[in-house]
Amino acid sequence: MSQLEGIYAVWLREAKIYIREKERLISAMISPLLWIFGFGAGVGTTVESVSGFPYQMFIYPGIMVMTVLFASLFYGVYIIWDRKLDFLKEVLVAPVSRASVFAGKMLGGATDSMVQVIYLMIIGFFLNVPFTPLIIIEAFLMLLLISIAMVSIGLVIGSNLKSPEGFSLVINFVMWPMFFFSGALFPVSNLSPWLAAVTKINPMTYGVDAMRGIILGINHYSLLLDTAVLMVFTAMMMGIGILSFRRM
Amino acid sequence: MVIKTEALTKKFGKITAVNELNLQVEEGEIFGLLGPNGAGKTTLISMLCTILKPTSGRAWVNGFDIVKEPGKVRKSIGIVFQQASVDDLLTGRENLALHNLLFEVPKAVRKQRIDEVLSIVNLEKRADDFVNTYSGGMRRRLELARGIMHHPKILFLDEPTLGLDPQTREHIWEYIKELAEKECMTVMLTTHYMEEAEQLCDRVAIIDYGRIVVLDSPDALRNSVAGDVVKIKQKIPDIEKIRRLGYVMKAEEKDGLLYISIKDASLHLQDLLSNTGPIDFVEVRRGSLSDVFLHYTGREIREGEAEGGFWERMMKR
Repeated sequence: MSQLEGIYAVWLREAKIYIREKERLISAMISPLLWIFGFGAGVGTTVESVSGFPYQMFIYPGIMVMTVLFASLFYGVYIIWDRKLDFLKEVLVAPVSRASVFAGKMLGGATDSMVQVIYLMIIGFFLNVPFTPLIIIEAFLMLLLISIAMVSIGLVIGSNLKSPEGFSLVINFVMWPMFFFSGALFPVSNLSPWLAAVTKINPMTYGVDAMRGIILGINHYSLLLDTAVLMVFTAMMMGIGILSFRRM
Repeated sequence: MVIKTEALTKKFGKITAVNELNLQVEEGEIFGLLGPNGAGKTTLISMLCTILKPTSGRAWVNGFDIVKEPGKVRKSIGIVFQQASVDDLLTGRENLALHNLLFEVPKAVRKQRIDEVLSIVNLEKRADDFVNTYSGGMRRRLELARGIMHHPKILFLDEPTLGLDPQTREHIWEYIKELAEKECMTVMLTTHYMEEAEQLCDRVAIIDYGRIVVLDSPDALRNSVAGDVVKIKQKIPDIEKIRRLGYVMKAEEKDGLLYISIKDASLHLQDLLSNTGPIDFVEVRRGSLSDVFLHYTGREIREGEAEGGFWERMMKR
């Protein structure tokens, strides 16, 4: 009971700060817009259609995953600022387990990302993405799962580093390969052997595939496999995250 | 005994921050750790608060082992850190409410506790403003309020008045004294302000290079070492003669002036002056903890030393 209250306290702090720091919300809205309307519409003029969908529509699920990926990973940087400014100490000396602190932070980060997901879904309606209530629920849950995995990675990196600059450097090496080799911008069938191999070991591939299956009905792997891979990956990252917080 | 350490040691690589330190603090005391920057004060407190694990040695806080029972230790203590740790983007009240949740204050008394501590530190009127509109002194008061809200047995204060103006500083001292009395709390604080240690503490430990150099009440410390200092200007001083006087503890010449330490200037001044012969100038200074500090460490503590301290920051990790 008290551990649940601890988790709630840490989450509540994150959520309140997020709502009050307007810059975070606004800046997070701009990059997906650029990808959909800049990149998607631009490339869409030369690429007729992919798997029977206009290119802009084809990459829409991938952009959703990307938004969650970026927002969730970058969330880890706040733990470094918290530590620098001593905000975190108050939480670390509280009689709350480190696993609970981690869980609270993780849910806080996931909340950030999911607010952006809702925003992206609204844009989706204007793009005539074929949303049904079931699709929305499935997509939301899938993105939540992805978000939890990515926030965990971000927190692992954040809790092991001391400078925000170092964090940006490391996170770029994680973020961009995960994004580019996930099939968010291209179908993963008919790839050269080495590219196919890279996409196979990238957990994001399964996230993008699941989202494309849920929203557009085109799957490369089965939804069951996608979900299973992501769940195992998420559990691993959460485990490493809790260990990192214990050492903090 | 609410705090006890046995050969408590913390090493950071080759640097020994706290060196086989033995300490006992009684219930209800205001206990001061006085020392220069990098002396190991913050490291010691961090270990007692279970933020840092000791390299060797043992310690008990409220009867609980800091390594084996950190959870129970944490429930017994309140902490005010050296650097501000209240959230800027939350209101004072929200900060306190989060603390209530984190420190397991029973649901039924949460609201009441918040109002209670807010009134103790006189922040009722500003409670619903964002902390980023607070002054430095108000933040400190909010942190004090937060530190005591879950009714800890022991309150740790790391440089509670660092960087505050003299007036605010005195207010904070009052709050601390009042709290210790009212709540029957033991207070352990670090400081590098002599005045703070003198005014506030029942006992003071001077700590340097991770060891306790001397430990006693501020009065006893002053009397044991410093007494009073008589400053004399004289053409040809006879230091040897003065040193032979029974009540003179120390006599030294520095920059053309003679510094004579004696036990009690009010008793012996006349006799002293009759022994020195004609003088150009005399000044009497009552002894202070600064003299004690100088005596034991061979150095003076400078104001503001703890602020930009590189090692202090490193060691807090």
